[in-house]
Amino acid sequence: MPALARISETVFNTVFRRNAVFLTAVFTGAFFFEIGFDTATNRLWDSWNQGRQWKDIKHRYMTANEDEEE
Amino acid sequence: MLATSAIRGTPLRAAARNIVRKTTTRAASSSSSEAASSPFYLTAGASAATLASIGSIAWYYHLYGRDVFAMTPAEEGLHPTQYPWEHVKWTKTFDHAALRRGFQVYREVCAACHSLKRIPYRGLVGTFMTVDEAKALAEENEYDTEPNDEGEIEKRPGKLSDYLPSPYKNDEAARAANNGALPPDLSLMVKARHGGCNYIFSLLTGYPEEPPAGATVQSGLNFNPYFPGTGIAMARVLYDGLVEYEDGTPATTSQMAKDVVEFLNWTAEPEMDDRKKMGIKVLIIGTVLLALSGWVKRYKWSPLKNRKLVYNPPIGRGSPPRP
Repeated sequence: MPALARISETVFNTVFRRNAVFLTAVFTGAFFFEIGFDTATNRLWDSWNQGRQWKDIKHRYMTANEDEEE
Repeated sequence: MLATSAIRGTPLRAAARNIVRKTTTRAASSSSSEAASSPFYLTAGASAATLASIGSIAWYYHLYGRDVFAMTPAEEGLHPTQYPWEHVKWTKTFDHAALRRGFQVYREVCAACHSLKRIPYRGLVGTFMTVDEAKALAEENEYDTEPNDEGEIEKRPGKLSDYLPSPYKNDEAARAANNGALPPDLSLMVKARHGGCNYIFSLLTGYPEEPPAGATVQSGLNFNPYFPGTGIAMARVLYDGLVEYEDGTPATTSQMAKDVVEFLNWTAEPEMDDRKKMGIKVLIIGTVLLALSGWVKRYKWSPLKNRKLVYNPPIGRGSPPRP
């Protein structure tokens, strides 16, 4: 598999070769993974609990002038 | 013996005869051993030993094996029915509309006797009330201020940071007003009773029209089969149409009980929604990590699992050892 070998070699040369680059990749990866994972699971959670949470029903009790309250 | 001779006499097919002969020979061998019967005292001794062992086991079970209940079933109380609570499922939050209805029931019915002193007004905000509603609610009650310049403690309207007011000043006042019975604080009641939601729901809806025949009810107490001891100081309070829900839900007894139970579950576990959501995330990440670690283990162990050890004995020094 020369294609796969080429890819892994590129990854090794760009990410793993220098420790500073590797560490930076770890931390930025963790940062963006958490954002993506939280967004995905929160969306899943909200779809499971549609109509049950306060944000789904609060429009009934909000008056017009207090839009952005909790 | 009779059967054997009868079968031998009749002409049969070879296979059938084989089978029959086998069975008959086996029967003959067992019956022949029976014929050489053991002496009477052996049979009697074995029977006596069997009886003694069975008897001693039965006697031991009779003494120590059975469950022992310190209380009668009436003192235990009837076990509550298991209800399929939606908010108890792993992936479900509280139904916050039900929490709002339950709080209305608490405020209009339960709060006459029961306190909820671990719940601040700020906890209601964002759960089932807007800020303005909660503020207005808090301002309906008066709270003590800090001492002023003369050391006097004055009264001020409530703020969001205040806790829900208790109906009585202290436990003694509560007992005095309720015939000596203390209405317990309901903040953690769902966690504090066996059966949790099921128990409280059954208790609230389980008052019979009149106590069953043969039940003794002390004066001042009411009969409820779900209450341990069956004599409860609280009378039935929930009747159809007692409150009027603002969202138009029919206020039946069971609907009010269900809503107030869900509300009390929220007061006991206000963190439940976030806890479950975090739990789902942990399960997802944990599953991935578990699969990954399993793969790594197999990867690292594969050379060890697949290797072959070969022993080449040294050549030409003495005779080979005997196996």
